[in-house]
Amino acid sequence: MRLPVSTSIRKYFGISYGKRFPVSRGIREGKERKSVQRANKSLRFLPVFGVVVLWQAASSAGLIPENRLPSPVAILHGFTELATEGLPPGYTLVGHCIGSLKRVLSGVALALASALPLGMFMGYWGRVRDILTPFVEMVRPIPPLAWVPIAILWFGIGDKSAAFIIFLGAFFPILLNTVGGVMTINKRLIESSLILGAGKGALFMKVLAPAAMPSIITGIRIALGIGWMTLVAAEFTGVKSGYGLGYMIMTARDIQRPDLVVAGMAIIGVIGFAMDFIIRKMEQRVLKWR
Amino acid sequence: MELRVSGLHKSFSSASEGERVDALIDVSFVVPEGRFVCVIGPSGCGKTTLLRMISGLEKPDRGTILLGDREITGPVREVGYIFQEPVLLPWRTIVRNVEFGLEMAGMAKQERREKALAALELVELRDFADFYPKEISGGMKQKAALAMALVVEPKVLLMDEPFVSLDCQTRNYMQAAFLGVWEKTRKTVIFVTHNVEEAVFLGDEIICLTSRPAEVGKRLRVGIPHPRDRTSPELNLIRKEILLFLAAEREKTRSVNGMFTHVHDLSEV
Ligand SMILES: Nc1ncnc2c1ncn2[C@@H]1O[C@H](COP(=O)(O)OP(=O)(O)OP(=O)(O)O)[C@@H](O)[C@H]1O
Ligand SMILES: [Mg+2]
Repeated sequence: MRLPVSTSIRKYFGISYGKRFPVSRGIREGKERKSVQRANKSLRFLPVFGVVVLWQAASSAGLIPENRLPSPVAILHGFTELATEGLPPGYTLVGHCIGSLKRVLSGVALALASALPLGMFMGYWGRVRDILTPFVEMVRPIPPLAWVPIAILWFGIGDKSAAFIIFLGAFFPILLNTVGGVMTINKRLIESSLILGAGKGALFMKVLAPAAMPSIITGIRIALGIGWMTLVAAEFTGVKSGYGLGYMIMTARDIQRPDLVVAGMAIIGVIGFAMDFIIRKMEQRVLKWR
Repeated sequence: MELRVSGLHKSFSSASEGERVDALIDVSFVVPEGRFVCVIGPSGCGKTTLLRMISGLEKPDRGTILLGDREITGPVREVGYIFQEPVLLPWRTIVRNVEFGLEMAGMAKQERREKALAALELVELRDFADFYPKEISGGMKQKAALAMALVVEPKVLLMDEPFVSLDCQTRNYMQAAFLGVWEKTRKTVIFVTHNVEEAVFLGDEIICLTSRPAEVGKRLRVGIPHPRDRTSPELNLIRKEILLFLAAEREKTRSVNGMFTHVHDLSEV
């Protein structure tokens, strides 16, 4: 069926009806749809750009007081200041980013290394699930911030405590998504593998893990998001090195520089977005069978 | 190696009826090596349960399954299984799916690729070796599942209504294609079906199960060589005999169980 789309729009979005029915009839039919999506993607940032322009216009017109919300231009200046002079002076932005990135990545990696195997066992063996679920559900609602004193008590002030706080935030989304992924596997897939001679090791590594991979990746994406969200709390535990985006934001607050605060927030947002983007790209590659 | 099923009994606890319900009582039969047996029976009589017990996926309450002189107590590669819906690992290409069983047996990469491709050749799917399951049709998927089961060289192949979800023409084509494969491999086959025409077209022998609780009600030999003419009078005669048996079974449950099964039976008309 042809959609009533004008030629110019079709060209713009890269829709071509010519290759709608390739030689391999019906096979790989997903391609056409994807090319339409990809063409749309180049326009994705247009709304974001529009909002920023409106925001700047409103600020310039005096509709948004500078002391409530700094204008985009002011934030950009703040960003430049952070990047060149640093906050505290000498501690530049790149260092803050690297410091925070290290904490987030090590916390999430720790969560992945523990939640993934545990989640697979819980998903496969109902008894393990029955025993562990009450523990999981009681620990899960405790906010990472509430763990800060305990973290300091256990790991002292520094990167270990921060990584532990992020680990706590990242652990549960990975765990629950892995459990869910394994539990919803088609039972026939497991039975067929057993018939074809799969032992427990092969079953977990070659059947359950790849089958649960879509949920596991979703879990990792959520975990990374939460990792950044708990970052500021994590860096409350103290930053010895003097580097950390959360720590930097707190410093900016102490010297009453909202432009630097918002610039720091925006940087966390952009890094989080970039990491999610990278994972989604990897996901598309790993899960191309879907 | 003959397959000897003796005294199989299986009951399930039923939530609705609040008690244990017998699915099979005392099912016994022997299948000589290389025979193509079709199992037919009323809907819900326990055909799937029977196959799952023979495969070792489910344990019978009583009775034994012997393959040669070895008892089947759990899934083994000697007894292959084709499910109603094609079961493939969606993240593997077709050829890598077929390789799975060989991989489990620790076969070297080169060798298992060759064997897998040969198995795909057998089911005429060689050209689709590098496709993902989502990229091929239902019939092709079932062929791939067949190659996946055959490549590990099982002694017995169990098939549970493997073509039921295909359209009529594809189903006829798949029946003929499968017969071609069977004539080359001469595996012992137990093929469960609802479809009388399918049973008489394929089977050397047809085992008719009674309605639940199921036991063997009737065994028929189909002494007509392949390829068979679906519309030949000989085939029709056998069909008629089976249809009469199934009708009588339906009548029996109706009079025993009254209205409830009456409604239940409508589903298979
Ligand atoms: N896991 C189970 N738990 C409870 N009851 C079951 C279970 N499996 C099968 N049954 C019951 O056993 C009986 C036989 O089921 P089975 O699926 O073997 O029949 P079938 O002949 O294959 O049916 P169909 O023609 O619909 O494929 C049915 O009454 C079913 O409700
Ligand atoms: Mg069935």
